[in-house]
Amino acid sequence: MSVDNQSLAQRRAPLVPIRSALPWLIASGFLLLLPQVFPSGAGLTIMNQMAITIVFALAYNMLLGQAGMLSFGHAVYMGLGGFFCMHLLNQVEYNDLYLPLPLLPLFGGLFGLFFAFLIGSFSTRRAGTVFAMISLGVGELIAACSIIIVVFFGGEEGVSGDRTMGPEVLGFDFASQLEVYYLTAIWLVVAALGMYLFSRTPMGRIANAVRDNEERAEFLGYSQRYVRWISFCASGFFCGIAGALFAINFEILTEENLNLATSGSILLITFLGGVGFFIGPVIGAVVFTLLQTVLSLYTEIWQLYLGILFVLTVMFFPFGLTGLIAMHFRPWNLGKFGLLVRPYAVMAVPALVFVSSAVAVMEILFHARHASIGDEEMNLFGLTINTHSQVPLLVACVAVVVSFLVIKRLAPGLKEAWDEANHQERGAP
Amino acid sequence: MSLFIVNILDGLVTGLLLFMLCSGLTLIFSMMGVLNFAHASFYMLGAYFGYQISTYVGFWPGLVLAPVIVGVIGAAIERYGLRRVHQYGHVPELIFTFGLALLIEEVVQFFWGKSQMAFEAPEALKFAAFSIAGNAFPAYKLFMIFIAIGVFLVLLYILTKTRIGMIIQAALSYPETVQNLGHNVPLIFMGVFGVGTAMAAIAGVIAGPVLGTFPGMAVLLGSIVFVTIVIGGLGSLWGALAASLLIGWLQTFAAAYNLRMADLLTAIGLSEPVDMAESMLSDLWTLTLPQVGPILPYLLMIIVLALRPQGLFGKRET
Repeated sequence: MSVDNQSLAQRRAPLVPIRSALPWLIASGFLLLLPQVFPSGAGLTIMNQMAITIVFALAYNMLLGQAGMLSFGHAVYMGLGGFFCMHLLNQVEYNDLYLPLPLLPLFGGLFGLFFAFLIGSFSTRRAGTVFAMISLGVGELIAACSIIIVVFFGGEEGVSGDRTMGPEVLGFDFASQLEVYYLTAIWLVVAALGMYLFSRTPMGRIANAVRDNEERAEFLGYSQRYVRWISFCASGFFCGIAGALFAINFEILTEENLNLATSGSILLITFLGGVGFFIGPVIGAVVFTLLQTVLSLYTEIWQLYLGILFVLTVMFFPFGLTGLIAMHFRPWNLGKFGLLVRPYAVMAVPALVFVSSAVAVMEILFHARHASIGDEEMNLFGLTINTHSQVPLLVACVAVVVSFLVIKRLAPGLKEAWDEANHQERGAP
Repeated sequence: MSLFIVNILDGLVTGLLLFMLCSGLTLIFSMMGVLNFAHASFYMLGAYFGYQISTYVGFWPGLVLAPVIVGVIGAAIERYGLRRVHQYGHVPELIFTFGLALLIEEVVQFFWGKSQMAFEAPEALKFAAFSIAGNAFPAYKLFMIFIAIGVFLVLLYILTKTRIGMIIQAALSYPETVQNLGHNVPLIFMGVFGVGTAMAAIAGVIAGPVLGTFPGMAVLLGSIVFVTIVIGGLGSLWGALAASLLIGWLQTFAAAYNLRMADLLTAIGLSEPVDMAESMLSDLWTLTLPQVGPILPYLLMIIVLALRPQGLFGKRET
């Protein structure tokens, strides 16, 4: 008997297959080492912001990607969770509430869950456009309320607090940015793992089924409404965690955390990253935060570039950045990736010229229109040019047109190479 | 009483303005099944183009030219943008129009900057049309009412009495059958999108001088427009009219009558807390009607959705 049992145990797959655990271990190790690479204060600030955005974007994608629900007011759940945590922090400070800081995100999550449960009860009745409109309306309602309900939202100056007033945990009081980073990173891994595991449960799979065909799921015996509601609540929970992390990191929440601009930017981030993949929002959040930080250093019109990038992504790459990468797995697996290198390299030259000259046109025009009077010179790609003479603008315009024509000329060749690289010969494995 | 009449008229102006946006949006929605998130952005573009043209040749040519330009831009966006995204489904379409709204706001800031434009009503309309007990009613507002009603009547006439209108109505419900009868349905879609955006632009040109021409004007009106057509019932033109007027009056009256919550609460026998700063309910006590005004449309939407999910005039549950 005992031998039988032993062989059974051997045959059973390990609880966590090493193959699926590996990416998580690597990611955790990476997060652990990151502060060694970027120890500066600015680096830590950006990384904290990135981690919070990742949690928020992943939670948003639980709706958009996993359950097919487009929300235009999702900042509300993160914001409400954050406001609630801010009040909890103030309770810790003034009323001696015993609450170790590392547990705060849990309460933020529960508060987000509570509100998602409440609002989801009527908003998840329908998917698609109706859900999107209701989410917009509710989002605007709560954002507008934040100015009226001063007790909870603190009016226009918001609610602020101090994270260091709680009991010390293992000797940490979380005064330094580095300690906050590690706290955020741990919660990031916990939340991301939680969301990943949720997507693997039967519930997560049914959410996918409802997304793809709600009628069929209904015929299988699942209430599409409850499935959406549960997805919505789960998303609200993780948004609340993101909100709590925001509260810990920035120690202030304002109306800005609730409004349409924040809700819109999380949609933008998630979609840029790619809604069809679990990792998509992570990539989106990292790229977006970097773009935001770097671009805003160099140009005033970075939001215009971002808008253009977003619209082009929706039009040409609906699976986002991750989808673009995933497209190349097939040629890679077929061993034909080499076929693409040359056409890509050839295309890169006019593409680079096109992008930089288009940027030049916009920058020159913007400078000519909005720079203060008398300020006629600007620095562009290391060149100093006079924006009020016609020559640089003309040169840039010509470069745009010429490079565009070259791209059009080269496009069929690239398409051909792409098809060839994705083509599997008959009989080949 | 006279104040009441003035408010009725002011609310009518707001409501009809809202309706000019909602009617185009509803038409586009019932045809393509997608809510054009960027609709209010076309309204903003209308105002800016109207302003730009008015600086060269005056207000009146702007009133005609700006909607034409915006309509052409709208049609081009439908042809080269929306039609491309259509194959991916409704949610990407909605995301596309959302991205478009962001982009248009940025483009407007790129060309005109962040400050408000000095877009003014034409001199010919700068007089008081009549006055009610000392409250002068500007002729320009009267002109807005007439324009809005005129646009609505023309739209109604075209949709119900002309051959083109019949084809459009048929294409709304049975696009494939209409296509099989030899009509160019994609062209009709493009045309409707263009006309819808042009109507938004007309609203923009006439509203620009009154409500202000600035980059935030699209966002300010945009979400109210969506709330309105959800309240009216998605796809219902009459519902859009009723909801627009309702919200127009709601907002005007809320802003005009300074009802205080404290009066109401003392009237039902509650006593005011002595130290307002310490009370948890201080917000409730200091609440006034003008303060609540901006959120009333959203509250109304939630009430309507809870009691009648298809909207006031919607036929089926959307």
